[in-house]
Amino acid sequence: MSEPVLTVSGLRAYYRTSAFGVEREVRAVDDISLSIAANEIYGLAGESSSGKTTLIKTIANAIQPPLEVLAGSVVFNFSDRSVDIHDVDRKELAAIRWKHLSYIMQGSMNVLNPVRRVRHSFVDFAFRHIGKPMPAFLAIVRDHLQRLHLAPEVLEAFPHQLSGGMRQRVTIALATVCRPEFIIADEPTTALDVVVQKGVLAMIHEIQRQLGSSILFVTHDMSVHANLADRLGIMYAGRLVEEGRTADVFRAPRHPYTAHLIASLPRLGDSAPKKGLEGAPPNLANPPPGCRFHPRCPRATEICRRETPPMDWLADGHRAACFHPAEPPP
Amino acid sequence: MSPPLLEVSDVVRTYATGVFSRRRVTAVDGVSLRLDARRPEIFTIVGESGSGKTTLARMILGMVAPSAGSIRFQGTDLSAIRGKRARLAFMKQVQPIFQNPFEAFNPMKRVDRYLFVTARRMAGLAGDAGIAEATDGALRSVGLSLAEIRGRFPHELSGGQLQRVAIARALISKPALLVADEPVSMIDASLRASIVNLLRDLRDRLGVAIIYITHDLATAYYISDRILIMRQGSAVESGDARSVLDNPQHPYSQLLKRSVLSPDVPAEAGARLRADPEIPSGAIPHA
Repeated sequence: MSEPVLTVSGLRAYYRTSAFGVEREVRAVDDISLSIAANEIYGLAGESSSGKTTLIKTIANAIQPPLEVLAGSVVFNFSDRSVDIHDVDRKELAAIRWKHLSYIMQGSMNVLNPVRRVRHSFVDFAFRHIGKPMPAFLAIVRDHLQRLHLAPEVLEAFPHQLSGGMRQRVTIALATVCRPEFIIADEPTTALDVVVQKGVLAMIHEIQRQLGSSILFVTHDMSVHANLADRLGIMYAGRLVEEGRTADVFRAPRHPYTAHLIASLPRLGDSAPKKGLEGAPPNLANPPPGCRFHPRCPRATEICRRETPPMDWLADGHRAACFHPAEPPP
Repeated sequence: MSPPLLEVSDVVRTYATGVFSRRRVTAVDGVSLRLDARRPEIFTIVGESGSGKTTLARMILGMVAPSAGSIRFQGTDLSAIRGKRARLAFMKQVQPIFQNPFEAFNPMKRVDRYLFVTARRMAGLAGDAGIAEATDGALRSVGLSLAEIRGRFPHELSGGQLQRVAIARALISKPALLVADEPVSMIDASLRASIVNLLRDLRDRLGVAIIYITHDLATAYYISDRILIMRQGSAVESGDARSVLDNPQHPYSQLLKRSVLSPDVPAEAGARLRADPEIPSGAIPHA
């Protein structure tokens, strides 16, 4: 197997604040290790305040106080260089961003300038990375839009003239125009209607297969992961609790949290009673000792309250952090 | 023969766009529905953004008056409800539950305050003991208790707990109808099932009719008795929820059903996403 594009090892990133002499530490990302191969869509699932967004920020080196990286490394293996993202200066970071590492965000209006035509957003983001004169640059952009089945006329539109789904397609075109090796997609379809969502996901999948980029796709929507991700990581309370090939995780979830998440998914055509999970996700400023899931876990025993379960390989390509993992069905 | 609980007949609601413009947008265009008083049910209104489902809900809640058509609640036309007392009597019977519980509660106020104020004003209770008892009763029917939430601020509760408190607040006045606008879309996945189950439970235990507004066909299938599918202000299909969703007749309902992503992993990643020729890839709308 070729070398992974992204290797995260032992990453810890905490929010540290000190107000009126009271120290507060929120352990949003706690000892996470994972790697993402070339040409792979890695799905990251977890509920709000599970640390998904903090993990993305840390991976993209968009770190601002009070967020601090305490330990671990984030290493990218791009075609022309290998970098520890926390170890590069601002100039190099600016050269990497968008050319090698780009983003698709949830709110397309946060990316597109509302008072200028879409063309200007392309120039602002991508012109310097492509390094061609303006007419050649615009020709590349038009070609790229065509590849994504978008009419080149969108370049002359203002963002408010486009529907929500169209705007999100434009931001995807914007994020992929430099043919980056790594794309971070943060809930890109959460705000869209179901009919539009499917089209946008199809577009992300198609462009990924064309470019061979790796995508870290973050969403809490398990149905999206089921249809898009090659591999899936599940986060709970700042930790990665399970990881494996999407089909394996859905067929044979090992961690009780994952098992519950998958069992409680509502399906069209199914009205059998589903059970909700008792309790609430823990406060990361004061997480429970041992396994952070133990207060809500039906399988918890003494050791879960005392010790942190390590991430163990349970099968080929499938690992989970649990002292009492479920047996896979035959 | 008692009048129906709710009878919405051919309601229309238009809005003027812009300040000086004469152009009007029709948000709801001739929708009718009827809830029986004897058999409380969960009636689901499904639609995408801009389909008019929220405007319809606001008309049922009496927050917006219809431009045409009528809404009768227990036989009384909503437009005939005038004056503070009549209005309060109506609000006691029809209570809203909103999408985002974190926006529904003032972050600077303790959540129990809302419940106490509601008990005093809506249920007309007086005396601390009576108010506390009514509040505790409502909280218990949603799986909480007054002891658990007394003195807590909204940020100290999870989204699921806070939504339960919001539902408890709506239940204090013992309403006959709850109007829940996307009550689970802001709730975490692990807590969502329990809120949806709670709605079903309230129907069965307390006999409350519920209008459940959502864009999520899967939870709609899970809890609804009847369903109404809206598109661009009009009802395109309605009927028994299971039969409509198992076998949709209108092309739009069929498209909606096809667009729902199944949580079953396909044999090949992305296989199910391949563009559906009928799903518009999005031409540029004219400004």
